[in-house]
Amino acid sequence: MVRLFLSGDGPQSKILGAVLLLILFTLAFAPFLFPGTRSLETAARICIFIVLVASYDLLLGYAGIVSFAHTMFFGMGAYGVALATRQMGTGYDALILGTLAGTALAAVFALIIALFSLRVRAIFFAMITLAIASAVAVLVSQLSAITGGEDGLNIRIPRELTPAFRPLDAPFWGVNISGRHLNYYLVFFSCLIMFLIMLRVVNSPFGRVLQAIRENAFRAEAIGYRVVYYRAVATVLSAAMAALAGAVFAIWLRYVGPATTLGVEIMLDILLIVVIGGMGTMYGAVVGTVVFVLAQNYLKDWMGGASESTAFLPLVPDLLNPDRWLMWLGILFILSVYFFPSGIVGRLRGKA
Amino acid sequence: MTLAPEHAPKMARLSLAERLEPWMPVLLVPALILAGYLSIASPTSWLTLTVSGLAMGMMIFVIASGMTLVFGLMDVINFGHGAFVSFGAFVGVSVLLMLSGMTGAPSLVLNLLAVGAAMLAAMAVTGVIGLGFERVIVRPVYGSHLKQILVTMGGLIVAEQLIHVIWGGEEIFIGRPEMLKGSITLFGATLEKYRLVAVGLGLVLFLGMRAVLRGTKLGLIVRAGVENPEMVQAMGYQIRRVFVLVFVAGSALAGLGGVMWGLYQEMITAHMGMEIMILVFIVVIIGGLGSVEGCFIGALLVGLMQNYTAFLEPKLALISNIALMVAILMWRPQGMMPVIKAK
Repeated sequence: MVRLFLSGDGPQSKILGAVLLLILFTLAFAPFLFPGTRSLETAARICIFIVLVASYDLLLGYAGIVSFAHTMFFGMGAYGVALATRQMGTGYDALILGTLAGTALAAVFALIIALFSLRVRAIFFAMITLAIASAVAVLVSQLSAITGGEDGLNIRIPRELTPAFRPLDAPFWGVNISGRHLNYYLVFFSCLIMFLIMLRVVNSPFGRVLQAIRENAFRAEAIGYRVVYYRAVATVLSAAMAALAGAVFAIWLRYVGPATTLGVEIMLDILLIVVIGGMGTMYGAVVGTVVFVLAQNYLKDWMGGASESTAFLPLVPDLLNPDRWLMWLGILFILSVYFFPSGIVGRLRGKA
Repeated sequence: MTLAPEHAPKMARLSLAERLEPWMPVLLVPALILAGYLSIASPTSWLTLTVSGLAMGMMIFVIASGMTLVFGLMDVINFGHGAFVSFGAFVGVSVLLMLSGMTGAPSLVLNLLAVGAAMLAAMAVTGVIGLGFERVIVRPVYGSHLKQILVTMGGLIVAEQLIHVIWGGEEIFIGRPEMLKGSITLFGATLEKYRLVAVGLGLVLFLGMRAVLRGTKLGLIVRAGVENPEMVQAMGYQIRRVFVLVFVAGSALAGLGGVMWGLYQEMITAHMGMEIMILVFIVVIIGGLGSVEGCFIGALLVGLMQNYTAFLEPKLALISNIALMVAILMWRPQGMMPVIKAK
């Protein structure tokens, strides 16, 4: 049964299995284990980022294509929901239609970009996506009449998903259940399903062909697989998944803006998580995201303390300034590309 | 016995279209300028915009030329190129701020000396950084584009953060030197002095680079290396050493471009390198990866396009360049002047 759900691609390591189970358990019972809005916020963000990063891993780790437009697709899903609720009013039909529209738009965009650049040279893809994504980000913040500009848009979702909704009179397991919790479980289960679907995809014959292309595109072409076709489909799939994650994110956050969905920073975060977690493993997205979010929350505090306690030294406090944590992450990123190309998960599996 | 088939060589002249074919990319620049003239409909604004477009194009060329050569020579795609731009700008601006006595004086010689000193300092520093970058970041990942993109991107992140560490997190405003401020009026159009200087400097650099590449032995080795590195190596030249040299020169040029760009915008941020890289990528793609001439023409096209559209429809400035890239890739998928690899 478990094998079926995991598509035959188990953790292959006891420690990794235990870590994954712990993460799954923690996320599944997050509202009860850590009551409080802030931790619920973190848990939901982890769920959504796992899907976002896994969809990027599908492209980077399995197909070997570097894209810098992943946040653009993420944003398309989010803006799809926002614009649909604005046009159609609050309701589940608006949420569903917006999600579908955003996903379709992302898929079409991805197809066009893929056909355009992958046909010529795979490395064009990285540069072209970077250019297009930044152009779209600029456009979104400028077309304020439609997208709300830099301020973004607030989304009104059905009352059942908001904190105001109280389905139960008495506390359940010591927690006053509200619509916010229902919303969290919507996020959790849709992310879980999306993750399992992606696991299925990468372990299908299609996924195997992608890996073959990643290892040696020329040879795969010679065997008879149409490289451009497979790469384009991988791009479209990954974009669609990112858009779905974006839609879920918008429903959870009830807000969408350029900084939260389209920013370069998010793109860099995704890249760092995939590489540190482990490219081409899918589980790397899970472990990487959790490590990253925890590091973001705790490493910064630690760095702040270390910066103060070394204040008497020259330069060191500046290097340890919490604002500079991205630098240390960047160094870790470079080192892991050199020495652990398969990341944490690859290390745990002992194949690095 | 069969007779040999008749084949009379055609001595007819090539048609005009065929003769124009190799020059098409070069003709695109005047064509775009003409299109700009027709759509802007105000000769004075058109002249101003054309000059600023050319100035912008020249600066982008200075930055992009190193990147395209590095790619052509060693098949290395350096996403961290923007780091040199930022570093160059910060070093150059620091020097200019130190020499405020010279930049503030109403003497063209002193001003140019100060700017020259800033540019040389920036080039020296970014050249050294380029040397380190090549050794530490790029060298271990030869041959793998995927790793190159990832690692050089990581290098860009670290470099950007280091700038924050050294110069603080704030943007720095920098006034142009006294004599380069203001503008002159020509045929009723106001032309900023600095932009004219930038156009002149860019042109000199382009011609100088062309002279080195076409007229010296080193240039010959570099051009041969772009076409077929193994053969150059087999002839007894250390292609790796040539590559390091080109990488350092490219980094120094990026630093110089950073100073020019900083003075153009009159403000510098650690993130500026990354922002410029977007235009640089468009330029190297449409020019044809590895081609310096293609890069020059591409840079001029992008600079002009950016300025014309920013005047006509400000919101579409960046989109218009994407459209330009798409159009050129439809026409020539390998870029305007593709480098023919002997492989």
